[in-house]
Amino acid sequence: MVKVTEKIKVTNLSVSYAGEPALKNVSFTVREHEILGVIGPASSGKTTFLRTLNRLNDLDPRYEYSGEVLIDDKDIYQKWNIFQLRKKVGMVFALPSPLPISIFENLVYGPRRDGVWGRKRLEEIVERSLKSAFLWDEVKDRLHESALKLSGGQQQRLCIARTLALEPAVILFDEPCSGLDPISTAKIEEAMQELKKKYTLILVTNNTKQAARVSDRVAFFLMGELVELDQAQKIFTVPKDKRTEGYVSGRYG
Amino acid sequence: MKRLLDPELEEKIVFFFLFLSTLIIVAPVILVVVVIIVRGSSVLNWEFLTTMPRMGMRAGGIFPAIAGTFYLVAGTLIFALPVGIFSAIYLSEYSKRNALTRIIELAIVNLAGVPSVVFGLFGLGFFVVFLRFGASILAGSLTLGVMVLPVIITTSREALQSVPRSFREVSYSLGATRWQTIRHAVLPNALPGILTGAILSLSRAAGETAPILFTVAAFYLPRLPKSIFDQAMALPYHLYVLSTQVPNVRLELQYGTALVLVGLIIIANLITVIIRSYFRARKQW
Repeated sequence: MVKVTEKIKVTNLSVSYAGEPALKNVSFTVREHEILGVIGPASSGKTTFLRTLNRLNDLDPRYEYSGEVLIDDKDIYQKWNIFQLRKKVGMVFALPSPLPISIFENLVYGPRRDGVWGRKRLEEIVERSLKSAFLWDEVKDRLHESALKLSGGQQQRLCIARTLALEPAVILFDEPCSGLDPISTAKIEEAMQELKKKYTLILVTNNTKQAARVSDRVAFFLMGELVELDQAQKIFTVPKDKRTEGYVSGRYG
Repeated sequence: MKRLLDPELEEKIVFFFLFLSTLIIVAPVILVVVVIIVRGSSVLNWEFLTTMPRMGMRAGGIFPAIAGTFYLVAGTLIFALPVGIFSAIYLSEYSKRNALTRIIELAIVNLAGVPSVVFGLFGLGFFVVFLRFGASILAGSLTLGVMVLPVIITTSREALQSVPRSFREVSYSLGATRWQTIRHAVLPNALPGILTGAILSLSRAAGETAPILFTVAAFYLPRLPKSIFDQAMALPYHLYVLSTQVPNVRLELQYGTALVLVGLIIIANLITVIIRSYFRARKQW
């Protein structure tokens, strides 16, 4: 049994937008090399939580927080440089979001901004990250075509690869399969199982079945509160909280 | 229930009025262009475009006026384009929504509504007299530049804001700084809109008379300007002079001058149409 390392530690995190609370006093930890599934109905705070971890919430001037979030035992608001943090904590958005440039340029967007240059070095990064996202074989002959020509599922894997190009430690998935067909979804889920060997994954999803399939542990959010966090199996078979039971059995949400 | 109007008849009536309104817009444009072409094309030849005016502008070409207009447009471009685009970037990407931004916005809207003759007087007072540029290409270009700034700022801002938010979020999520995000994720996708606004405002600058009246335009200067501190002739002012200030000018010369001016502006507008359709074909989001 490998030693369990606590990758992310959240303590008493509360978040609000323009005084409107979105997360209320949430505390928990995320372990290294696990997939943490985050489920909950709309406006339960799960996306807010995700966007706190890479400080994308900071873009909203109405955003306020209290509490503490540690990644690798360093406070993300005090100790981390925000740009380094975002490179270390990658994000895959709900809708496939390639930039309207070539596949190659999408992948090197992050590294280039980070000061990496040289054709050979960038080509290596492109190949490595595309292979890790299981997209290399499908696109290796058309790296310089527009990324927008790819199918939705391919675009989403491109976005995963684009995140991997920065060699992150944590990858956040914000409902990554919400716009995809079942086959593309299966491919993404397969990729996630491989990725967790090297990275720590957090998957926000509206699809409880997907959370059950993919996650090691699952957190259930409701109206800004963390109701329950436990092994996926327990959450879906013997949840402790009545509200969790109601949600996973499809009684509301 | 009995209808007051048969729906099909109603359809026809509505269509007729909508079509008529559109026709009313198009008709004067066509009429003006056709009249100018018919009456002006007889004088239009290589000599007319490339030689100096002679005999008190009653004969010869309009070359210095064409050249002067090009100089003025170039000067306007050099001044107004960077300033306009930079302030649009500031307003769209950097500034917070507060009282100061609202005052700036109000100022821009009002600047756009100031009559061009007022810009001319401002240019005379500020650039020509106060800054001692004299009546010169520099003063004229700056005056025209101030006049087209609000248009450039407004169109650039709209172009920047039409870039999807997701592009910015993606860029930030990949660790890019604000300027990197603007430079690499926002600006390239706003460029066609910015260029369109820029060219349209420049074609407006090329056709204005009032702002150059007191700041640069020479009545009759049958040579090319030597520096930016020199006066210059310009097409719209030359046209005004030919039409009202010089007796016994052949009507064809006036129409020919108008034809050159209108032709230049139509070419500029055509370029924007081409730019837009080229980028629209590539744009896929």
